[in-house]
Amino acid sequence: MTAVLEVRDLSVRFATPDGEVSAVNGVSFDVNEGECVGIVGESGSGKSQLFMSVMGLLARNGRTLGSAKYRGTELVGMPVKELNKIRGDKIAMIFQDSMTGLTPHLRIGRQMTEVLVQHKGMSESQAVKRALDMLNLVRIPEAGRRLAQYPHELSGGMRQRIMIAMALLCEPELLIADEPTTALDVTVQAQILDLMSDLKRVTKAAIVLITHDLGTVAGLCDKVQVMYGGRFMETGTVRDIFYEPAHPYAAGLLSSMPRLTEERSEKLYAIPGQPPNLQRLPMACPFQERCDFVHDRCTTELPLLREVGPGHAKACHLFSLQNPVTDPAAPSLVVA
Amino acid sequence: MSKELLRVSDLKVHFPIRTGGLLIGQYTPLKAVDGVSFTLNEGETLGIVGESGCGKSTLGRAILQLIKPTDGQVVFMGSELTGVGAEVVRQKREEMQIVFQDPLASLNPRMTVGDIIAEPLTVYRPKLSKEERKGLVRDMMAKVGLLPQMINRYPHEFSGGQCQRIGIARAMILKPKMVVCDEPVSALDVSIQAQIVNLLMDLQQEMGLSLLFISHDLSVVRHVSHRVMVLYLGRVMEIATRDAIYAAPLHPYTQALISAVPVPDPDVEKNKERIVLGGDLPSPMKPPSGCVFRTRCPKATDICASDVPVLEEKAPGHRVACHHWGPPEKKLV
Repeated sequence: MTAVLEVRDLSVRFATPDGEVSAVNGVSFDVNEGECVGIVGESGSGKSQLFMSVMGLLARNGRTLGSAKYRGTELVGMPVKELNKIRGDKIAMIFQDSMTGLTPHLRIGRQMTEVLVQHKGMSESQAVKRALDMLNLVRIPEAGRRLAQYPHELSGGMRQRIMIAMALLCEPELLIADEPTTALDVTVQAQILDLMSDLKRVTKAAIVLITHDLGTVAGLCDKVQVMYGGRFMETGTVRDIFYEPAHPYAAGLLSSMPRLTEERSEKLYAIPGQPPNLQRLPMACPFQERCDFVHDRCTTELPLLREVGPGHAKACHLFSLQNPVTDPAAPSLVVA
Repeated sequence: MSKELLRVSDLKVHFPIRTGGLLIGQYTPLKAVDGVSFTLNEGETLGIVGESGCGKSTLGRAILQLIKPTDGQVVFMGSELTGVGAEVVRQKREEMQIVFQDPLASLNPRMTVGDIIAEPLTVYRPKLSKEERKGLVRDMMAKVGLLPQMINRYPHEFSGGQCQRIGIARAMILKPKMVVCDEPVSALDVSIQAQIVNLLMDLQQEMGLSLLFISHDLSVVRHVSHRVMVLYLGRVMEIATRDAIYAAPLHPYTQALISAVPVPDPDVEKNKERIVLGGDLPSPMKPPSGCVFRTRCPKATDICASDVPVLEEKAPGHRVACHHWGPPEKKLV
């Protein structure tokens, strides 16, 4: 499998009045062709900023360290002019809030054709035709009429589908979806998830799904990366993470979710404490303050990602969740 | 069976929306809540689910008389709240409280946490001395998992989950009989959501509270509720015990809602056939004739457009408003 996106030791730092804040700390991973990767984490885990930095969309006080390559071309530090040739065309992004993701004072048609004229050199009429096809693909009723409408005239689900259609116009090789269904009702979310899994089959684009909802990840993704405090806590196939979580945080997240499939238990497991404050991340393991299995080593030495099975890695000093005290003799360093 | 605490009969909340007219405006009613009836027993949790715009928040507020109902009756602890003077309602409010969705926005940023939690006491227990009040606030803070020494801090110094604990402490300090929880966990992270859900259930057990738990998250509602009511465009589609609603829903809308919930289990997710509803919620200003759900219903026929289905008991304690009600055709989860 060839990698579409190769990220190596990427960090994101923000300069704030209270000093520098690290949102992402040295993460490395690949996204391969035709693969769907889920990035799971709570607010402040750095999951969005990681991909904002890959796309060159960081706020002005942010900077990126490390490397992110799209098919061998370095994206970090690339001039905006060059970057604009790739993003929107080869790499596209779907944002969480469809109201702010679309420009309020431009008609849908204008917003959709712009990218085609820019990147593909199409004429206006060719572009309109292509935009219509794409709206039909994402199952928008009365597509012709929608092109002449403004974003506020459409419902939230409809706008989200237009965002997806816009992202797909240039047939990107990598699609980054940042919480694409979080703002939507369950029935509309089901429509969008259905659509995304169809797209995955039809377009063969690599998809990155950034979300806090483990349910959407389970249905769509092949690989999952769990983030906390700007680092990967656990990476693996979707089956690894859901059926054999090896990191206390991933396991805790899974058991803290009420489910439709299980018998009512009297009490939910709750991870104690508060989400991490990036300004005051503890030394060593970022999860130590909330971990049930914390021991001396967690407070002094940063756990690195190491393999626990083929393609399954965790950043934790524990040997296993069942056997929490035994420590492995020789940890092997792994680049996921 | 335990005692009935709240009875809501045929409650309606219509908002007049100006739709035209130059000098004399023309108004069309927006029927946010349109004829909702149910009862709530002591110590019981009733989950209220539905998509955004189905009137679940308006219903919660209309029960507390924070929004004046257009029509219908709310009887709380045997006394009527609708059509009576403001003073009568005010006295009953001691027994009924609300927890809001947005934890930070529902707290006054210029008041200290201690003052926020103490405010119900200053209103309803004016004879308490300052020291007694502070003692009660400290006890309550400890009970909801806040450090009592934080009593002089301001809301912005707390995280979202902690702010929600402050909101819960404020609602619980008068030891009410009923608390309306309006999406209390939707704004919180997954790991914090479980903490707050557990806290609410613990407090309910300890204080014998009744909860109206309003949420769009069907998994959370299943976890906390004894009975569940499903709303669509201001009307009750189905109401039954939790097990009946989740194991054998009889209304096509409930079935679609349940099948739409993503389950954090890859094998379940990849093999299940979702019932995908087409389209969006219709505008509540122009609700469809007959059954309001018919425009998105996979089972809709002619009768649905002409006759409004009545909410009827189809099984013991299980009421459904549908012409084509029946158990789901395939496994939902």
